Amino acid sequence: MRPAIVELQGIRKIYGIGTPVVTKVLHGIDLRLEEGEFAALIGPSGSGKSTLLNLIGLLEHATAGEIAIAGESATELDEVALTELRGRNIGFVFQFHYLLPAFTALENVMMPAIIRDGSPTPRAEADANELLAKVGLAGHEYKKPSQLSGGQQQRVAIARSLSLSPRLILADEPTGNLDTHTADEIFALLREFNRERGSACLIVTHDPRLAGRCDRKIELVDGDIVGSHEIAADADR
Amino acid sequence: MMPRLRFEWLVALRFLREGRMQTVLILAGVTGGVAVIVFLTQLITQLQATIIDRVLGSQAHVVIRPLEEANARALDPAGSSAIVEPRAQRLKSVDQWEAVMRAAAATPGVVAVSPVATGPAFAVRGQANKSVALLGVDAERYRRIVKMDDNMTRGRFEVEGTHALIGIELAKDLGVTVGDKIRVVTADRRDEQLTITGLFDMGNKDLNRRWVFVTLKLAQSLLDLPGGVSNIDLAVSDIFAAKDVATRLEAATHLTVDSWMTTNAQLLAALRNQTVSNNLIRSFVTIIVALGIASVLVVSVVQKQKEIGILRAMGASSRRIMAVFLLQGGMVGLVGALLGTGLAITLLQVFSRVYRNADGSALFQATLEPRFAVLAALVALVVGLLAAVIPARRAAKMDPVQAIRV
Ligand SMILES: Nc1ncnc2c1ncn2[C@@H]1O[C@H](COP(=O)(O)OP(=O)(O)OP(=O)(O)O)[C@@H](O)[C@H]1O
Ligand SMILES: [Mg+2]
Repeated sequence: MRPAIVELQGIRKIYGIGTPVVTKVLHGIDLRLEEGEFAALIGPSGSGKSTLLNLIGLLEHATAGEIAIAGESATELDEVALTELRGRNIGFVFQFHYLLPAFTALENVMMPAIIRDGSPTPRAEADANELLAKVGLAGHEYKKPSQLSGGQQQRVAIARSLSLSPRLILADEPTGNLDTHTADEIFALLREFNRERGSACLIVTHDPRLAGRCDRKIELVDGDIVGSHEIAADADR
Repeated sequence: MMPRLRFEWLVALRFLREGRMQTVLILAGVTGGVAVIVFLTQLITQLQATIIDRVLGSQAHVVIRPLEEANARALDPAGSSAIVEPRAQRLKSVDQWEAVMRAAAATPGVVAVSPVATGPAFAVRGQANKSVALLGVDAERYRRIVKMDDNMTRGRFEVEGTHALIGIELAKDLGVTVGDKIRVVTADRRDEQLTITGLFDMGNKDLNRRWVFVTLKLAQSLLDLPGGVSNIDLAVSDIFAAKDVATRLEAATHLTVDSWMTTNAQLLAALRNQTVSNNLIRSFVTIIVALGIASVLVVSVVQKQKEIGILRAMGASSRRIMAVFLLQGGMVGLVGALLGTGLAITLLQVFSRVYRNADGSALFQATLEPRFAVLAALVALVVGLLAAVIPARRAAKMDPVQAIRV
């Protein structure tokens, strides 16, 4: 068994505690994700997929339960330590690109490195240029997000999520608003980086086609994991 | 390419650049506010300095007199418009004036001392007969009390023997000029023939009509003050400390010691009121500028909610997000201060050209003292930072998930 990149134990999430509207979203999730694993998180709308992803990404606090990233328990960490742990291990790709509109594509890809190092370095710039070329955006480095198409924006977001070679990439419907062809390209990119760099990926998707091309399918219904299937290697991969 | 700035600076600058209209408006607000403050401060400081300069142009900062003479101020400019008749009454000398003078000179803050023998007399030339004030001085010492050198229109500020310096009005009244002779007569009929060696203009008709400078020795003999002086004039380094110096000297000498601040109490009160209202205006403008910066930044934080969330998700701590917004406030303050100072200089130039004295000379100088520019920059920087505190804290507290969820 490979070492775990994510380990969840009894994760519960309840919104609106102490208010008239209490929403119980997750009811005790146990989940283990291995280094280099490429998994899909599927389930109906409102089942808690984004919530779970945000918890794993240390963007939200669980109401109860244990969470560990790369073997390091996050349960007791304060805000600064969480930010640090997140920055060191996790890259995000969101459904909507969420690039920084004030910065160019290149600067967006460099941003995680700038945050880590304190200021831009020639090394970070070279890496970002290479990543942009990898996602097929050579020649678009100095465009602002508003000057790029939806698919191009999402590629920039993927390049950005990879910029620090994270051990875990969390992608929340990265192809949600793209046409099938572009969606396939984006998915293929994630797959490529997973193979090349060994980054584990957890991808939320509503697309059964894409889910079927992952190593594993984790199904969430009404806040509970109802199934976790290894998918046999097939011709599609 | 991307400047090699620190993350906080990079993001702050980019946010400001991207928020074009907001940045322009906020900068315009700070610029206007700083300009008003700097302009008003410079203007009022200068006008007040000019007024005080004028008052002190013919008056010692501090005057020591014999006790009994307290209410017989023949030379008090406040009462100088009253006609002072020569009196038969004998003038009193300052007791042991040489010792008093030495003590005064040794007092901290005192920069010059000058003994003066002064009293009433008549200046006579043919049929003309004018009431004057005789001032016996040591020119070398007196010019350090009142800047007589600047006031001389003919000749130099020097007296010896039976030479005399008179004002331009008296010269006109008597129809005399440099080289002519006049006679002075005192109440008890002592008299002397004087040669006019210089004319002065004190910028005050009354003084130009009444003051006659002679040597200390001559005044002593004419005024029947053998070896004595009627007062000792002092100059101090800090003119606004004159009152304290006077109080200290009075306690030490048991003589009557007056400062210009006492004799011009009304003027000083008026100036003080002006300063208070100026401070009030400055405070209001500062508050308004601060509110302007704060409100624009609060709006910007809300608009940038998503970006803040993204930056947080990428590993930027809330403290660094806070720094981004504090920097924006500080930069807006500082740049606004620079622009505002420039605007203030322009305003000063325009106003000094438009508003002039009756004689056409400039009412004030179109220059800005560097200390006001520095002060404005510091204040604007601090105000900018303080105004940014609330928005910055809001930004720092912002939940990244809230920003990232649509
Ligand atoms: N901040 C919040 N406060 C209260 N309820 C919330 C909050 N965020 C999410 N929820 C609720 O939690 C439940 C799960 O939301 P979540 O976004 O995780 O669903 P999802 O599985 O990602 O759905 P979708 O496929 O539509 O994106 C929903 O019922 C939602 O209303
Ligand atoms: Mg979702």
